[in-house]
Amino acid sequence: MLGVRDLSISIGTPADSIDIVSSVSFEIASGEILGLVGESGCGKSMTSLAVMGLLDRGGPWARTGRVELAGFDVIRSQPYQRVATGHGGIAMIFQEPMSSLNPVMTVGDQIEEAIAVHQKASGARQTPKARELLEMVRIPDAAMQLGAYPHQLSGGMRQRVMIAIALACQPQVLIADEPTTALDVTVQAQILSLLRELCDSLGLSILFITHDLGVVAQLVDRVAVMYAGRIVETATVQRVFAQPAHPYTEALMSCLPDPGHWKQRLTTIPGQAAKPGEVRSGCAFAPRCRYAVQTCVDATPPFAAVSDDHRALCHFPRGVAP
Amino acid sequence: MTEPPLLEVRGLSTDYTAKRAGKTVRIQAVKDVSFTLAKREVLGIVGESGCGKTSVGRSIVRLAKPHRGEVLFAGRDIFSTGSEDLRKLRLKIRMVFQDPFASLNPRRAIGDSIAETGDIHGLFDNKADRQRRIHEALTNVGLDGVFATRFPHELSGGQRQRVGIARAILPAPDVVIADEPVSALDVSVQAQVLNLLADLQAAMGLSMIFISHDLGVVGQISDRVAVMYMGRIVETAATRDITDHPLHPYTRTLMAARPKPDPNIRIKAGIEIGEPPSQFDRPSGCPYERRCALATSHCKSDDPSLRPVAPGRLVACHNI
Repeated sequence: MLGVRDLSISIGTPADSIDIVSSVSFEIASGEILGLVGESGCGKSMTSLAVMGLLDRGGPWARTGRVELAGFDVIRSQPYQRVATGHGGIAMIFQEPMSSLNPVMTVGDQIEEAIAVHQKASGARQTPKARELLEMVRIPDAAMQLGAYPHQLSGGMRQRVMIAIALACQPQVLIADEPTTALDVTVQAQILSLLRELCDSLGLSILFITHDLGVVAQLVDRVAVMYAGRIVETATVQRVFAQPAHPYTEALMSCLPDPGHWKQRLTTIPGQAAKPGEVRSGCAFAPRCRYAVQTCVDATPPFAAVSDDHRALCHFPRGVAP
Repeated sequence: MTEPPLLEVRGLSTDYTAKRAGKTVRIQAVKDVSFTLAKREVLGIVGESGCGKTSVGRSIVRLAKPHRGEVLFAGRDIFSTGSEDLRKLRLKIRMVFQDPFASLNPRRAIGDSIAETGDIHGLFDNKADRQRRIHEALTNVGLDGVFATRFPHELSGGQRQRVGIARAILPAPDVVIADEPVSALDVSVQAQVLNLLADLQAAMGLSMIFISHDLGVVGQISDRVAVMYMGRIVETAATRDITDHPLHPYTRTLMAARPKPDPNIRIKAGIEIGEPPSQFDRPSGCPYERRCALATSHCKSDDPSLRPVAPGRLVACHNI
């Protein structure tokens, strides 16, 4: 459904620029959830903004690569062309719903606004459609809540409203950038199950961006792990958790507190995350990698297949005999 | 139990006032909370946002004004001490805050931020001693001495949180209250800071109150856990009992909702666990009644009090 090929983003002037995303490629099938995982500054949010086409006007950045939605080049078209050709289909929700909603407009008006732009519904049809959307995201008393202002809703309800607005655009792909990070675990569990439901019932594809490996394990079908602007590993979620091939993925997982071993020292990753634009030959993770050898410092690692549908950007992926 | 607890909180209630529809209303952020903290013990406090866990920490050091109750530190009531004693007490009970960006003065060098308490209380003999103590505090949290002359914007989030910890431990306190100290950090940095806190706690013999919304993080560092809901403690027990055999229905929900990092154990779809009621519309009976699968008519009318159900284990529920 969505294909991203060789996406690179740099910031700065042509003479002095920093690469923050390098040759990122991935695909998401219809009805599939891809988890894009990484720590702060790894380039996961910039990737999502580029896929949305939000990096193309103004701003000190340059982008190369293609983003295709069902074969249609999303980035090179103007927004109105996308809507006109029915390829408007990528919507996005963000971490903090309160800062994405208009505080002086009712929830109903904000959903109707999106319906008016994307569905070309007449004024009389908009309100019932907005109510349907609120019911679809399981807001109780939907008819009454249409008149509510964002500040009258809880954090979880606000995120549901954001999802309703996104759905009003009738998207084929939903980008969710840390949508549950600001929510309590109990509310998070409900939002995650809502997203899964929408995926199954509408055939929606979701690009789910998060730093939380627990959430990844609970929700997604496939995982792409990012480090220093590159995808370092992709595989199915079962595979990544059972047999991480990239040492960074393996290290990240061992940092998690484990209920079986409370109060024992946690494994940590030595050093600090590579800064964007740090020019270095070889593998970006090599200085922190416990398995690194001279080859890792000298040569750029290949994005090699470990097994079917499992790739790692590493000279010596784990679990593979050298 | 021969040794008396180092810190004892009895019947603590903290109210805030808020304006709603032109009327002033009381919000009970903390309601009748009691617990003890032994020397060298780490007590975790968990709960959802708005449950009052931060207010408990802030009330103990009188950053928030408690409405009722008492806090005994080494047998003395903190709330009735005069301002001079309170100042001294603040060297003994120290706080580490959540947001390392907001809790450091951006225009002050790191060393000066760390030494501020010492400057105020006249802890340093002379300039050289001050330098030495700053250096020592930085080394204790795993930072190089050169950080003393740097400014907050030059540091990463993890480094800033280390500075926050250095500032807390400089006067060699007895108790550290850490309020969500790792919530703003990445997983790999979070692990480093948790290890650091555990090391310092052991090396300095600290007692610690560790406040977090994340049961995984709390479990990692705490000996005992108190679960809060709507301003009340609903269950306290040893960490392993809370995580392996939660008794209170709310603790069970919290455990069930925690996303386990294992794709083979997924939370059941369509989990219906509701949201906390509004503080403006506090139920008269058990605050958890509306979300609880076990609720009976008794729960609607009577707010259960915390009672012992096993050695070292208290639960506030009619149906356990």
